[in-house]
Amino acid sequence: MTSTIRCDIVSAEEEIFHGAAQMIVATGEMGELGIAPRHAPLITRLKPGQVRVILENGSEQFFYVSGGILEVQPQVVTVLADTAIRAKDLDEAAANKAKEAAERALANRTDALEIAQAQAQLAQAMAQLQALERLRKALKH
Amino acid sequence: MAGGREIKTKIKSVQNTRKVTRALEMVSASKIRKAQDLMKASRPYARLMRQVIGHIAKANTEYQHPFMVARSEIKRVGYIVVSTDRGLCGGLNSNLFRRIIGEIRELSDRGVQIDVVAIGAKANAFFKRLKVNLVGSATHLGEKPQVAALIGVIKVMLDAYTDGRIDQLKLAYNDFVNTMTQKPTIDTLLPLPPADGLTATHDWDYIYEPGPEVVLDHVLTRYIESLVYQATLENLASEHAARMVAMKSASDNATKAIETLSLIYNKARQAAITQEISEIVGGAAAV
Repeated sequence: MTSTIRCDIVSAEEEIFHGAAQMIVATGEMGELGIAPRHAPLITRLKPGQVRVILENGSEQFFYVSGGILEVQPQVVTVLADTAIRAKDLDEAAANKAKEAAERALANRTDALEIAQAQAQLAQAMAQLQALERLRKALKH
Repeated sequence: MAGGREIKTKIKSVQNTRKVTRALEMVSASKIRKAQDLMKASRPYARLMRQVIGHIAKANTEYQHPFMVARSEIKRVGYIVVSTDRGLCGGLNSNLFRRIIGEIRELSDRGVQIDVVAIGAKANAFFKRLKVNLVGSATHLGEKPQVAALIGVIKVMLDAYTDGRIDQLKLAYNDFVNTMTQKPTIDTLLPLPPADGLTATHDWDYIYEPGPEVVLDHVLTRYIESLVYQATLENLASEHAARMVAMKSASDNATKAIETLSLIYNKARQAAITQEISEIVGGAAAV
């Protein structure tokens, strides 16, 4: 019997995955992470990308996250996925928008903001493409 | 037949009102279920988030995040007020606002200033009239609120806290107990209230990637966001429940009014007939 680790993937709006896994592969901020059972406690931010869960029977499941938090405890891996596209400038924009809504003023978006938005969307599109590619490969085999 | 037609028109108009309130009642009854489903769906995230926060509190962290440190002097308090977007939901909003006003008055007497962000059109309208500092608002979240719609208002407050413009952050919303009861609730978000038994018991710490400051900041921000999101969902379920109850009692009142009016109408009709007969009889006797 292979050893497994419990894995929970949730977003604020719903539960996405829950079960035992042999290994979890995710894109952390510092690079790709492979989490096997009895990994040392770790906590990191996730980049937009896919989370790959290798199940007990060896099959794989892919989940796309647009960011979030990965927490590793010796017996459990928790992925708290973001549902919204997040970037520092975008958050800033949301804050400004809320302020302006209070002031009943119109939002004046700056160029820097548009670039950040485009970049975040690009990163997301790339990750989605990658996930699709892997899925296609997995289907071929 | 004195007033007969007027009474009949009145009955018609009350009947029309009852149709509307009945319809609203039915709509709310079905929406409660959806709102409760949303609440249920968001619970695992909140639970796991709390678990992670619990682990962090237990870990032997060398870094103390500002969100976890209580400040000795409180000069300014921030409120995130969650309300409904629409009215016709009984005393739901006014009960909540009354509690907040009570707290605000108490704080003002001690010289503490107040910042407010409003979620929902009703809170926005209410606090605009009041002489408090309204620093942000998010309205028209719809039947399925998204976290993305709340990021802005939360960031306004978290930034204010980090910069030291406010020393405490509170969250006010209606807690959905059941269909009949909704409890106006005010929780303290920041500084994070210390949890019981969560002192550093283990001699371990996380591997932080990239570093404890960045990660903790991220985790705690998400935690606050999940709490506010949860509160918004609770408030949504409360809104529908309160509206259903309010509309039910409105329908009942309409039914009662119709009964009374019908009685008056029948009496008036009877009186008119009696009068007519006595007139005929009187006329016949005169001949």
